[in-house]
Amino acid sequence: MALAKRIIPCLDVDNGRVVKGINFVNIRDAGDPVEVAERYNREGADEITFLDITATSDNRETMVHVVEKIASEVFIPLTVGGGIREVADVRRMLNAGADKVAINSAAVFNPELIKETSRYFGSQCIVVAIDAKKVSAEGEADKWEIFTHGGRKGTGIDAVEWAKKMEAYGAGELLVTSMDRDGTKIGFNIPLTKAIVDAVNIPVIASGGVGELQHLADGVLKAGADAVLAASIFHFAEYTIGEAKQYMADQGIEMRI
Amino acid sequence: MSTIAIINYNMGNLHSVMKALEHVAPEGTQVILSNVAGEILAADRIVFPGQGAARDCMNELNKAGLVDVVREAAKSKPFLGICMGMQVLLERSEEHDGIDCIGIYKGNTHSFAGRIPEKDVDGERLKIPQMGWNRVYHTQDHPLWKGIDDGSRFYFVHSYFVDPDDKTITAGTTEYGLKYASAIAKDNVFAIQAHPEKSADDGLQLLKNFTEWDGTV
Repeated sequence: MALAKRIIPCLDVDNGRVVKGINFVNIRDAGDPVEVAERYNREGADEITFLDITATSDNRETMVHVVEKIASEVFIPLTVGGGIREVADVRRMLNAGADKVAINSAAVFNPELIKETSRYFGSQCIVVAIDAKKVSAEGEADKWEIFTHGGRKGTGIDAVEWAKKMEAYGAGELLVTSMDRDGTKIGFNIPLTKAIVDAVNIPVIASGGVGELQHLADGVLKAGADAVLAASIFHFAEYTIGEAKQYMADQGIEMRI
Repeated sequence: MSTIAIINYNMGNLHSVMKALEHVAPEGTQVILSNVAGEILAADRIVFPGQGAARDCMNELNKAGLVDVVREAAKSKPFLGICMGMQVLLERSEEHDGIDCIGIYKGNTHSFAGRIPEKDVDGERLKIPQMGWNRVYHTQDHPLWKGIDDGSRFYFVHSYFVDPDDKTITAGTTEYGLKYASAIAKDNVFAIQAHPEKSADDGLQLLKNFTEWDGTV
């Protein structure tokens, strides 16, 4: 075994500042994205993901500049998500220095966008972000549904079926976030992540709910994820990325240290 | 003043390559993106990046009239191929039922699909593309490996790998279900499958070595 599992710190960016919501609602300021990205890079992050959580077009411009600045200083893969709706948005972010874009709601409304952008820019830079919530009742077989708009709108689409469809459409990677877990610090939704890992043959990033280092290890060991994403435990310096990597390596997980 | 030309043919993350080179190049070095034959051939060093599919890559190179420029540049100047910019240096790619490539080196670019097992010896699934940080083991003592430990990790994203006929040009190997040439080098040419511009300190070290390399081994 040689390919390392990845740790991906995530920065939610609102109007040029890093913030982190609790269940997508309360927002705490966590700093300047360029400084935070540089710190993560020094600590050994394998990639960095930025989610632009603002909605206005002015702030989108701010995001392009943030990406440009970070890409001049930080030389690891950068993923940008939030507000990517059309081919031109993808091109703009890639030209600004992003290596991948994460597409969420737009893929739900227009799945052809995934075909189009993966054909044009290559699958390697198209990440489909899947925000899923459990919709089955206790005692029923597990079932998760795709939600959009930061978890506010249900779509009726089954998350596992959707994952398979997005792979077939050309997605190069899936970022699977449990909306039930995001911001809760009680760990990834393992059954959801594992169901998607088992259903596709492209890399899967587990996201949503990390509160301690064991949660990161569980994402790999229990759900089979290729990469684990977390925000708040790194932002507020509860743990460094180096500590997280060592913790995972100590459990026999292949890491880049 | 020394100039590094990045061959610009609309494929891949040219800006990332440019930013990384600017970050490490000695003061006074000019880094340019160019699709103009004269400009490229006048530069002191040439970088040939690439990403995506071999078919699109060859189409764009042909459209821009840059195939001969690449061939010419690879004859004499310090030349660095990256990712797809390595694969198309061989004769042929298996992609899309067979794509003729530039053919500076004899050999083919093969698909991982059908050639690697579903899982490696440790039971880890081998997904395609290979995406992430893997080890590169040096098989040549080369100026571009200076300051980089044998077995260091680089960032890879690819579904195809090169298989040069002449095994002596292999400069580094990586294992992903099989052992393949992840770097090749001959005379003034060095090419790597990984993305040094995205491989943190070791990647920057390789680029820095390139900006100082005189093209001899």
